[in-house]
Amino acid sequence: MEQDWIWGLIGGLLIGTGGAVYLLANGKIMGASGIIGGLVDGSGRRSAMERLVFLAGVFALPVLLYPLYGAVDTHVSTNPAVIIVAGLLVGAGTRLANGCTSGHGVCGISRLSLRGIVATVFYILAGGLTVVFFRHLLGVI
Amino acid sequence: MHLLYAFIAGGLFGAGLFVSGMTDTSKVQGWLDVFGAWDPTLAFVMGGAIIPMAIAWRLVEGRKPLVGGAFPEPSEPRLGRNLVLGSTMFGAGWGLAGLCPGPAIASLSYGGIWHWVFVAAMLAGMALAPLLRVRLDRLVPAE
Repeated sequence: MEQDWIWGLIGGLLIGTGGAVYLLANGKIMGASGIIGGLVDGSGRRSAMERLVFLAGVFALPVLLYPLYGAVDTHVSTNPAVIIVAGLLVGAGTRLANGCTSGHGVCGISRLSLRGIVATVFYILAGGLTVVFFRHLLGVI
Repeated sequence: MHLLYAFIAGGLFGAGLFVSGMTDTSKVQGWLDVFGAWDPTLAFVMGGAIIPMAIAWRLVEGRKPLVGGAFPEPSEPRLGRNLVLGSTMFGAGWGLAGLCPGPAIASLSYGGIWHWVFVAAMLAGMALAPLLRVRLDRLVPAE
């Protein structure tokens, strides 16, 4: 547990390197919600294959790494209402805002984009208030 | 070639999310929960990710992407209703489940049924977003 931050840093460097490859090689911003959302609403039809291959990489690497770790508990909620409402909010919210933690957060902040910084402030504030409210006041998460 | 690069980028992203522990919802919620047992990991992940990305943005100047074309132009600094409302909705969902779009995909192979339910709901939300946009524009003709 004490080395969690080291693994966080290593993982972060890998994530940022992925974003750098996507930008420098393909000229695209590595935003997960944009890459997925473009497939859902058809706006990314022309680059559908590139999006699917990117997502295949996101899905596949954990499959390869998993055996090294044995068991990984994601501690995810098993409350259907929590999961479904959360999923709907994440899906609709990221598309309305045109970005999530990777696009606005990683790619936006590193470019000192005002939109990225403002979006990040709002989703962190909303996330923090939500956890405090639903965990400490209602006790549902 | 662009497909190979896309797979490498996605692979690095997925591997990074996995080793950093960001697919563990308790670590994400632990970072957001400033009144609980605060978990600083997410800040290291964000900080670590921003370093190579900041270097990449520097390298963009005066160059072209390897596969050709052009780099994305800086977005107009428009801080409209959609950015604020959308990010607030996203943050609420992120806090509720401890999952955002990247980790939700990365954890599908080992997270169990509730990760699939989350992704299904997220895709539904993404499909509904254009409708929501139109509704909002009718309600408040902003931006």
